[in-house]
Amino acid sequence: MQAEISLAVILIIILLADLILKAPHHKALQTLTCTLMVVQLILNLVPVNQELFGGMYNSTTMASVVKTILTAGTLLVFMQSGRWLSGEDTRHKAGEFYLLTLSTLLGMYFMVSAGSFILFYVGLELASIPMVCLIAFDKYRHHSAEAGAKFILSSMFSSALMLYGLSLVYGTCGTTYFADLPQALTGTPLQLMAMVFFFAGLGFKLSLVPFHMWTPDAYQGAPTPVSGYLSVISKGAAAFALMNILLKVFTPMTEEWGLMLSVTIVLTITIANVFAILQQDLKRFMAYSSISQAGYILLAVLAGSEQGMTALVYYIVVYIVANLAVFGVIGAVEQQTNGRVDREAYNGLYQTNPKLSFVMTLALFSLAGIPPFAGFFSKFFVFASAFHTGYWLVVFLALVNTIISLYYYLLIVKAMYITPNEHPVPAFRSSALMRTSLVVCLIGIVLLGICSGVYQWIDKF
Amino acid sequence: MEIEIHVIHYLVISTVMMFCGVYGFFTRKNLLALLISVELMLNATNINFAVFNRYLFPGQLEGHFFSLFGIAIAAAETAVAIAIIINVYRNVKHILTDDITDLKG
Repeated sequence: MQAEISLAVILIIILLADLILKAPHHKALQTLTCTLMVVQLILNLVPVNQELFGGMYNSTTMASVVKTILTAGTLLVFMQSGRWLSGEDTRHKAGEFYLLTLSTLLGMYFMVSAGSFILFYVGLELASIPMVCLIAFDKYRHHSAEAGAKFILSSMFSSALMLYGLSLVYGTCGTTYFADLPQALTGTPLQLMAMVFFFAGLGFKLSLVPFHMWTPDAYQGAPTPVSGYLSVISKGAAAFALMNILLKVFTPMTEEWGLMLSVTIVLTITIANVFAILQQDLKRFMAYSSISQAGYILLAVLAGSEQGMTALVYYIVVYIVANLAVFGVIGAVEQQTNGRVDREAYNGLYQTNPKLSFVMTLALFSLAGIPPFAGFFSKFFVFASAFHTGYWLVVFLALVNTIISLYYYLLIVKAMYITPNEHPVPAFRSSALMRTSLVVCLIGIVLLGICSGVYQWIDKF
Repeated sequence: MEIEIHVIHYLVISTVMMFCGVYGFFTRKNLLALLISVELMLNATNINFAVFNRYLFPGQLEGHFFSLFGIAIAAAETAVAIAIIINVYRNVKHILTDDITDLKG
């Protein structure tokens, strides 16, 4: 419970600071929030195993590790959002951005460490309602409002589906506690339907095909740091929660959800890859890329073993650093060029901003899974765990898709290094925090793969 | 004549409500109508929880609590959704789904 309490305290401190400090206070708030997040990281570095409220709250050590990872990712997002928040429209509501983001983080904490469907549902909604406000944050930009409307409606629809499934689970089992449910679940048709409804609901949050329609619109319309946050942190939390529940609760139906997941994974990865090739807008492109990455993450869920759990958490770490590096660069270039996020804006970026291009290249290599970067190892572990459980056909199809994905990731690299451009984005220097975050991401991309200690450290829990 | 109401009657109503909501969500064009459809779905689940609790597990409170939480959270969601729909209206002057199609592809 310590992590939740300290995060709630941080929330209150920032709320008060937002009220007390004199405007314009966006810089001071950013410094304060980043410092407090570092404190939060240090306070919760040691994973704990705790069960409270009669099993309603059940934080395993693995959930604790995931929370720390999510906190670190959020810190990176905060470091990257300074420039965007200092704009004319957003300056006065910088405090709101931090508050809303931290509320979603708190919701994700509850979501990953829930021991009952009630707490899980409350956590999930706490993670998604403020997220809507974040997406519609640029009030005067019409795309932001449109993306917000699309996101809230599909998010409500998905939670209604999920709740319907949960009500059937409750009706057939008489309990909502994860600990009691596996004994009560027998795999009757009604329970199977409940499981499918539940999976559909979470599938929306994870943006799996065929529930992915909102994702590209929301990512494109949302402010860039929010898209980054949405693509890694909320996806990571949802993936972990899904695995947790499928393994802990729906254990008697392993065969059924195994089949369901296999089909979804293959569809997700393939369709997302095909659409990603067609995109010109980089944020939209990253949305499709993140849909396909969600498919890879689900391979670990499919494995359904201890090894799969470790592979999932490791994948989330690597995915966070690589994706946030890409979104950091997109955000920096967007701010510099008055909101250009199309691929043509990156033509010849190497001539003027070699360092940014370098970070972007390594991050894209990592996302594509080229050795020796971290992405290769995370994909390898995920494939290995699914293969180990016997889903070799799914693994093979995912492997073929990795090669396709290489093509579209390299399109951006080609634009930056090879495509000639008379007027590339002029050389610029981003803020100190932004540069620090990119360096941290870079170190993560390079070292997480090479230092095998990270995987083994996660494996201990 | 006295009619006894069984759990099945409630379930029929809640199921019909649920799928009317789903149908409405896919066919209506007005954002507010979409919101109403989703509310219909959420209320169907609330009925389910309350009925299961009342008829099948009378000794417990979990189902009732779940519906209470469901109602509260649905209210919060609706508030945010309406705020966003108002914002869409200010930007586009329409709240029909056919008019908010700038993001696509």
